[in-house]
Amino acid sequence: MLRLTWRNLLARKVRLMMSTLAIVLGIGFLSGVMTFSTGLNATFDNIVEGSTSDAMVRPEGDLQAANAGVSTTQFVTPADVDNLAALPEVEAAVGSVDGIGSFLLGKDDKLVGGQGAPTLAFNYAPVDNMQGDEILVLTEGRWPEKPGEVTLDTSSAERGAYEVGDTVTMIVPTAEPKRDFTLVGTADFNGGGTAGATLVLLDTEEAQEIFLDGEDAFTSVALTGAEGVSQTELADAARAVAPAGFTAVTGDKVVKETQDQIGQFLDVISIFLTTFAVIAIVVGAFIIFNTFSILVSQRVRESALLRALGASKKQVTRSVLVEAFLMALVGSTLGLLLGLGLSRLLAGLFRSFGLDIAGDVLTLTPFTIVAGYVVGVVVTMVAAFVPARRAAKVAPVAAMRDDLEVQEKSMGLRLVLGGVAMVIGTALAVLGLMGAPGTDAIWIGAGAVIWVITTAVLAPVVGHPVLVACRAVFGRLFGTPGLLAGENALRNPRRTGATASALMIGLAVVSAVGVLASSLSATNDKVVDDEFKSDFLVQMPTFQGFPAQFGDQMEAVDGVALVSRQQGTPVTVEVDGKPDQTFLSGVDQGFLDIYDLAMIDGNDQMSGHQAILNEGRADDLGARPGDTIDVAFPGGETIALEVVGVSEETPTTSGITVPLSVLRDAGVKRSDSSLSIMVEDGADRGAVKQDLEDVVKDLPILAVQDKEEFKELISGQVNQLLYVIYGLLALAVVIAVIGIVNTLGLSVLERTREIGLLRAVGLSRRKLRWMITLESVAIALLGAVLGMVVGLVIGVVLRESLKDDLTELALPLNGLGVFFVVAVIFGVLAAIVPAIRASRMKVLDAIATE
Amino acid sequence: MTEQSTGEATQRVAARAQDLTKFYGKGEAEVRALDGVTVDLMTGEFTAIMGPSGSGKSTLMHCLAALDTPTAGEAVVDGTSLSRLKDKDLTTLRREKVGFVFQSFNLVPTLSAEENILLPLSLAGRKPDREWFDQVVDAVGLRPRLGHRPAQMSGGQQQRVACARALVSKPSIVFADEPTGNLDSTSSAEVLSFLRRSVDEFGQTVVMVTHDPVAASYTDRILFLADGKIVDELREPDRDAILDKMASLQDAAIAKVAG
Ligand SMILES: Nc1ncnc2c1ncn2[C@@H]1O[C@H](COP(=O)(O)OP(=O)(O)OP(=O)(O)O)[C@@H](O)[C@H]1O
Ligand SMILES: [Mg+2]
Repeated sequence: MLRLTWRNLLARKVRLMMSTLAIVLGIGFLSGVMTFSTGLNATFDNIVEGSTSDAMVRPEGDLQAANAGVSTTQFVTPADVDNLAALPEVEAAVGSVDGIGSFLLGKDDKLVGGQGAPTLAFNYAPVDNMQGDEILVLTEGRWPEKPGEVTLDTSSAERGAYEVGDTVTMIVPTAEPKRDFTLVGTADFNGGGTAGATLVLLDTEEAQEIFLDGEDAFTSVALTGAEGVSQTELADAARAVAPAGFTAVTGDKVVKETQDQIGQFLDVISIFLTTFAVIAIVVGAFIIFNTFSILVSQRVRESALLRALGASKKQVTRSVLVEAFLMALVGSTLGLLLGLGLSRLLAGLFRSFGLDIAGDVLTLTPFTIVAGYVVGVVVTMVAAFVPARRAAKVAPVAAMRDDLEVQEKSMGLRLVLGGVAMVIGTALAVLGLMGAPGTDAIWIGAGAVIWVITTAVLAPVVGHPVLVACRAVFGRLFGTPGLLAGENALRNPRRTGATASALMIGLAVVSAVGVLASSLSATNDKVVDDEFKSDFLVQMPTFQGFPAQFGDQMEAVDGVALVSRQQGTPVTVEVDGKPDQTFLSGVDQGFLDIYDLAMIDGNDQMSGHQAILNEGRADDLGARPGDTIDVAFPGGETIALEVVGVSEETPTTSGITVPLSVLRDAGVKRSDSSLSIMVEDGADRGAVKQDLEDVVKDLPILAVQDKEEFKELISGQVNQLLYVIYGLLALAVVIAVIGIVNTLGLSVLERTREIGLLRAVGLSRRKLRWMITLESVAIALLGAVLGMVVGLVIGVVLRESLKDDLTELALPLNGLGVFFVVAVIFGVLAAIVPAIRASRMKVLDAIATE
Repeated sequence: MTEQSTGEATQRVAARAQDLTKFYGKGEAEVRALDGVTVDLMTGEFTAIMGPSGSGKSTLMHCLAALDTPTAGEAVVDGTSLSRLKDKDLTTLRREKVGFVFQSFNLVPTLSAEENILLPLSLAGRKPDREWFDQVVDAVGLRPRLGHRPAQMSGGQQQRVACARALVSKPSIVFADEPTGNLDSTSSAEVLSFLRRSVDEFGQTVVMVTHDPVAASYTDRILFLADGKIVDELREPDRDAILDKMASLQDAAIAKVAG
């Protein structure tokens, strides 16, 4: 039997190649994603571990505050550093100066690094990491030695088109934002690369001038332990002499904090990517199933002959399954190789978003290899099992019969089971909407998966009207070839249905995502309409703080009636006895005038150490007007605030709103995170905007936006994410198209004689190509229509469960139109090869075919 | 030949083979399927082609029907020489000037009998001549079956549908390759008498390949092929004459193999 299997594989190499391609792409995507995720984690782990010293002295409070880019006004003096260095446990103590608000401009005056990864600017001082290696390693030139010199990381220098010796322009958080430096060298983290972050290494004196107003002080201290001193001993000793407001933590703790924080973000990326890999594999499984079904039905006579000659059912089944197994092995192997390439492609994509991943961490781990083979083999075998069983069921007498149809069960049972499954899926979704325990999305997701699978199973039945419509329309538009195409799509509903299902799955996801995205856009538009109450808004695209001087200058612009200043910072409050991070806004009176907060309780008149809470925060804290809450600021200062009012929750309110003076009292360095500007009545808005933009011309990334621009910015961000998702789904669609090519190719082979006959009675080559193309379009349209309907329903239900955040429901009608057209185009593309093959057949050979 | 002309309908040549030659393979493996066949097939005549298996009957027919291209020589249908035509024109010619009936698998399974009959017309985008269609359908006796698909019809019925299809576009010539090869004697008789009637009543030209002397006896003229050459011809044949001719050809073949 093995020899027969082998012969079969060889004899059908083209058809098998196409289904193998489905495995290759599915496994390729999976292993690519796995390799990429592993590489991503390794990149960050290497950097985090390679850039952390044995211990560090830093401001009290959470790491989050420092990462959110808030600088405090508390410093470590050189004397403090000397004290630390004098400890017997300490071998070296190195003061560092860092701060936010620095940006590197490329030679083209554009921001280097974009909005993705941060720019880390600090003073260069040699520090050892936990392994005893230097944290930073030079790749070229030297370190900065005096003001006016800078060393950048290798990739940022490259992206900015700078060479060592060039003059580098940066934006720094000082009165004069643009500053020129001489590039004296390039360096990288010891762990390799920077993961896309921009490193700006300055001379200590200049860093102090920029970040600390020239004070001879430091913002943190890196400690290296003496021989034989543990990290804990080192941190304990350092804590005892740390200045007020500062604490000492072990390197391990810093590493863990950072990894936890990055880990969440990385997990989101891997789950996101894995979802698409799973979709691709499911679509691939459909195609494998379909290909084997067709191959088996084309081989009925052979199977029957084998059975008549004495082969057992088991032997026939096994011969098909062994074929599937060999195919899976080949497909998975190629898929793993493809995955390696794909992971590099993904890394390239992320690099363009500013996240740099070194190529040498992108290798196939044993786990990925095993997972690739297991998934490939299991999925293929499962998909081939039903067709294999069907092959064995062929009665030996079929060898003698003329009609070579495999006897298939009636659709009745399918319909009943499908109906039941639909009801179960709907019940799950309804339960989710009604607030069953756990996450709504999980219930709805389970319901959605059942819907999609059931639709796939029922496609031969529920798709019938679509195909009948196609036949009618095609017949009308294209005459006999159109009619024949419609008939061909209808003649084997299972085959058409299964082929269309692959596309259906892809389009269902696309449409569901489309509903969520357009609802998000509609919601954003509505929110902006409701909440954008000022004439202009000034913000960084990263929502970081920027120097207060810009606001000062804008107040002086002609035609400006009011500039409201807002400064945000993360703070910690106590909820149910546990520290809880929240966001606090310091605002001026102008903010309250412009936004006129809707108060539920109390009033919005605050002064001194008073605060307004929004409803959610007030509930969490259990606070009412008149109560006092303790708020811990970055830098360790805790201030008691009296609550004067509770406002409705809107996108412009933070959990806690306080007068700006509270931040100053808490020792948070003054900067603005947002300016709301009102224009005087009768002033020329265009001219005012121009003047405002002139104010920020040295900090071009600080945007002055009116309502429409702000809307565009937000919808641009939504769309960017949407395109990434569509890009990832494109793979599933490509696999689905391969499925159509496969089915058509097999159908054409199967109908060789019929095609010969049609040609003999006068069907021209061109019309024959039309006929096959239209059949393909009919399949694609079936998949598109079913997918869109299912996807819309899923999208609407998901939106319903998220309606607290997505207050508006919008259907992506334009998008659906586009998908429809794209489906037709894919249908046409899928038909190219089968149509050419069919039209190349010699009429006589075709007629003479058995 | 002049006495064959009746009034204005002078008997013309419907199809002509001129030194038609077809080789398959090269060198040692060369097969001469047709070895210089020259023959005129007249309008309004029912011609049979007979000969041993492998003698080139189907090849001759395929070359004349624009389904195959000869290695040398010329095939002419309705005054048009096929050798100069491109695929597109050949397709049109097949659709409009030629009708076919094959031994089996004559019908498109997804189409009803009526749609199958009208297929050449609908492919050409031509309106069927209803009167003619009715006449043909009644002649083959298929009226109650028009809505049925091939799978719902017997082999004989399917062959009659195929005959109706071959006639409906009023082709210059109808080729039938063993149209009764798969049928029992009753069904064969139905198909053959229909072909006969189409010649007698509608003035159709029909060429049929057959091994069956009974089938051949329905025709006006029989061409005998052997080794790719026309070796003999019978007019107004009866069954005994046919059997005699076949026997003598058989003997000659055996003698050749033996010698
Ligand atoms: N495609 C081909 N390739 C090679 N040889 C061929 C091909 N088609 C036909 N032949 C050869 O040409 C010769 C004539 O074949 P043809 O089919 O015309 O015979 P036939 O008279 O119709 O026979 P039958 O009565 O068995 O149908 C045969 O020897 C056959 O083997
Ligand atoms: Mg033949």
